[in-house]
Amino acid sequence: MIAELGHFALVLALAVAVLQTVVPLLGAARGDLVWMALARPAARVQCLLVALAFGALVWAFVANDFSVAYVAQNSNSALPVFYRVSAVWGAHEGSLLLWVLLLGLWTSAVSYRSAGLPPAFVARVIAVMGLVSIGFLLFTLLPSNPFLREIPPPANGADLNPLLQDPGLIIHPPMLYTGYVGFSVAFAFAVAGLLGGHLDSAWARWARPWTLLAWAFLTVGIALGSWWAYYELGWGGWWFWDPVENASFMPWLIGTALIHSLAASEKRDVFKSWTVLLAIAAFGLSLLGTFLVRSGVLTSVHAFATDPARGVFILAFLGVIVGGALALYAWRGPGTLRGADYALTSRETFLLANSVLLSVATATVLLGTLYPLALDALGLGKISVGPPYFNAVFVPLMAPLLVLVGLGQEAHWKRDRLARLARPLRYPLIGTLVFVTGAVMMLDPGHRLEAWLGLALATWVVAATAGAIVQRCRARRQPWFALFTLPPAFLGQCLAHVGFAVTVVGVTLVSLYGIDKHVRMAVGDVTELAGVQFEFVGAHELEGPNYTGTAARFAVRRDGALLTELQAEKRIYTVRGMPMTEAGIAPGLTRDLYVALGESLEDGSWSVRLSAKPFVRWLWLGALLMAAGALLASRDPRFRRARARRPATLPGDDGARRAQG
Amino acid sequence: MTPRRKRLLIICLSVAGLAIAAGLILTAFEKNLMYFYSPTEVAEGAAPESRPFRLGGMVVDGSILRQPQGLGVFFTVTDYAHERVVYYEGILPDLFREGQGIVANGQLNDTGVFVANEVLAKHDENYMPPEVADAVAAGKARSGASDGTPAGNL
Amino acid sequence: MRYALPLGLFVLVVILLAVGLELDPRRVPSPLIGKPLPAFEMETLAEPANMLSRADLDGRPYLLNVWASWCVACRQEHPLLVELARRGTITLIGLNYKDTRADALAWLADRGDPYRLSLFDADGRLGLDLGVYGVPETFFIDAEGIIRHKHIGPLDAGAFERDIAPLIERYGDGS
Repeated sequence: MIAELGHFALVLALAVAVLQTVVPLLGAARGDLVWMALARPAARVQCLLVALAFGALVWAFVANDFSVAYVAQNSNSALPVFYRVSAVWGAHEGSLLLWVLLLGLWTSAVSYRSAGLPPAFVARVIAVMGLVSIGFLLFTLLPSNPFLREIPPPANGADLNPLLQDPGLIIHPPMLYTGYVGFSVAFAFAVAGLLGGHLDSAWARWARPWTLLAWAFLTVGIALGSWWAYYELGWGGWWFWDPVENASFMPWLIGTALIHSLAASEKRDVFKSWTVLLAIAAFGLSLLGTFLVRSGVLTSVHAFATDPARGVFILAFLGVIVGGALALYAWRGPGTLRGADYALTSRETFLLANSVLLSVATATVLLGTLYPLALDALGLGKISVGPPYFNAVFVPLMAPLLVLVGLGQEAHWKRDRLARLARPLRYPLIGTLVFVTGAVMMLDPGHRLEAWLGLALATWVVAATAGAIVQRCRARRQPWFALFTLPPAFLGQCLAHVGFAVTVVGVTLVSLYGIDKHVRMAVGDVTELAGVQFEFVGAHELEGPNYTGTAARFAVRRDGALLTELQAEKRIYTVRGMPMTEAGIAPGLTRDLYVALGESLEDGSWSVRLSAKPFVRWLWLGALLMAAGALLASRDPRFRRARARRPATLPGDDGARRAQG
Repeated sequence: MTPRRKRLLIICLSVAGLAIAAGLILTAFEKNLMYFYSPTEVAEGAAPESRPFRLGGMVVDGSILRQPQGLGVFFTVTDYAHERVVYYEGILPDLFREGQGIVANGQLNDTGVFVANEVLAKHDENYMPPEVADAVAAGKARSGASDGTPAGNL
Repeated sequence: MRYALPLGLFVLVVILLAVGLELDPRRVPSPLIGKPLPAFEMETLAEPANMLSRADLDGRPYLLNVWASWCVACRQEHPLLVELARRGTITLIGLNYKDTRADALAWLADRGDPYRLSLFDADGRLGLDLGVYGVPETFFIDAEGIIRHKHIGPLDAGAFERDIAPLIERYGDGS
């Protein structure tokens, strides 16, 4: 009964979404304020209905209603309650429902936080988001309905994929999807601007906080995914350039370009055609990511249930939404998107270079992801593009980006001179060189050059950021007091850049100095790795709620002194008979020690993976700092002030004007 | 800066960026692309002898042979037309087992054994990697598996 | 022109992806089509003592359905199979693949048994000969024991009408 209610709520939501799209769009075209005003309530009602449907599915999971086929396929009565809740988005149908719910929440948020915007603009934004919602609701209702019954119901469910039975995976998909879906706001703003035929700096100011927020969520989502892969897949890797990972990384890269380009568009009314294109691309890549993961076009270690029929649907949807937006861009762009002038040496140029680099980086990732597919489609053989390709292409593109981060923060808008720019930057530059050269001397000589480069670039970003803060404060009368009155947007920017540097340090050191060893160990054996001794102390049987297995204990010593004890597990999840590796990890700010069990060998010994991962935590720490920076910047009161201004003072309300004329 | 010069600058920047990227991509592709071959193609000499490639097939039942010391393991993969012995040293993936479709990255050695540096198995018991499925289907076609005695008979 | 460039690139990517979707790994044509069913000698699921061989099944067309109690997708197609058996549309022979007898029999007791009989392929030998790489799979076999069609993945009413109904028309329904 509850499942049918959920299904019914979804159908109603679809009807409301159609209203939410059609009526406000017509209203904006005709200048009818009443029709436009329907947008906000429709968006909220739609969100409520989807939330109801989502709640119904959660209930079906918690109550172990195995007559619902989706529940039967992804849950089990032995599954702990919190995993039963997270199992809602553990597979295709439920994660789509989560997608729609998040879209509803974003749309509702726009409906509440858009009081100062021109009515025609708001109507169009909400209508465009409604259109996206229609597509996803249809997708949920037709080829991937989570509420279908299975009669007679099975006695018990097939259990959640053991890979997903993990705290990290409870929050990873919601975060990632919140980021993906959040880019729909920037997308809707861009399309609404193109439809209205007016894009100016006010437009960029409205779009900025939303984009920053979406980017922050996406950043956390990706970091969580990487962290999960690190401890759950049992390989100790943190990034595999797997198609599924690339699918989330491409919108992130373009989103990064977008938040920078938006800043320039807002402050200086430049790059508007770029910015609009990036906004369309960021959301387009989010949809493409969904397509790649869900359709089975690409094979991947993640291997969710895949289905070509669903692929056709998403592809058609992608074609309509992104193709439509790009057609609009081709049609309306030439008249709408003229910008201001700037000098060659100016912050604008640095930001433009940043956008270009990030876009090119995205293109290389896209190419590497789709190239095997292209060759296969043309019948030219089956290939795979491995991590070496991505590393070889990606790293050289990121290095100049880091140089630019330092320069761009210091450069003036509109016009600057290299000679002037050199003055505030000389201390950071000297500091960087001295510090890093000293630090690298303490490292193993093996990879000193690469380590030096990575660390120097990261330190440069931090030093230049510190320099920028000093410059800002010095310009004020009371420098120390000024530190606390700096605008949140600026502080957020600094925080995010420092976070980027922290991530770069982590990537550099763990890639160059991470050690991995596969050994055969019996109880009592000791293996030396990275200056510490791992002793296999013993193994015992495990009995979990829905798995059995073996736990092996390891004592880690340095020169005889016990550092820590680690427990690595090999679990067999009983329902699916699927083996899983639970790594034993001793986390540390400067080094993780990692033990994972391979397989049990004939003579009672085990194959064991031992790893030392220096500075691996910095990867995720940096990502968190970046997200925190974006969050802080999105709270800048300047964005809200702009919103509170009366619509009459803002251009862009051509719908209302046309109505009068 | 005049709009004209600015446009020029943008074009130059983009072209430079694309050129660098294209250069990087081409060199990286050259070195890092791995082609997929089935055991039959390897037997026919289609696979490169001194370059890494990917080999896929089903693990033949009873073919897994662990060495008594260390972590070396031999196993045989088949597409039901031909077989190829694979050697790997290290930890096999959780889902590696007999009858499972796997993909291995590595290189042939002088004796014709495929020395893998990585072995991948899919996290799904109902499905095998599409390349392997293709290879197995093609291998069956060649061997005329319909007579009921596939080459990979176990 | 400059503004239309992104649209052009996008269209190219969509075409590429559309072609990619066509490369469905499930639509690998089986090399077995047009060839006789591989020979076997196998117990039935219900009676371990009852050994069957290929010849025992010849003489009428039937659907050979590969299933297992551990297979999630089999549940999806099972109601259709039960319905086909009830209507007597065509004879169904099961191939119980890599399963245990107790689980398989309980599964059938639970959901209804549409099969005239099920072969018990515990070690997956016949499955290997048939090139089974995902359960469920369904083969149409004519009265001479020649494989005429292979369906990979759960069978649904649409696929049945499209692919298998014409074969029944052509080769008879075994009644």
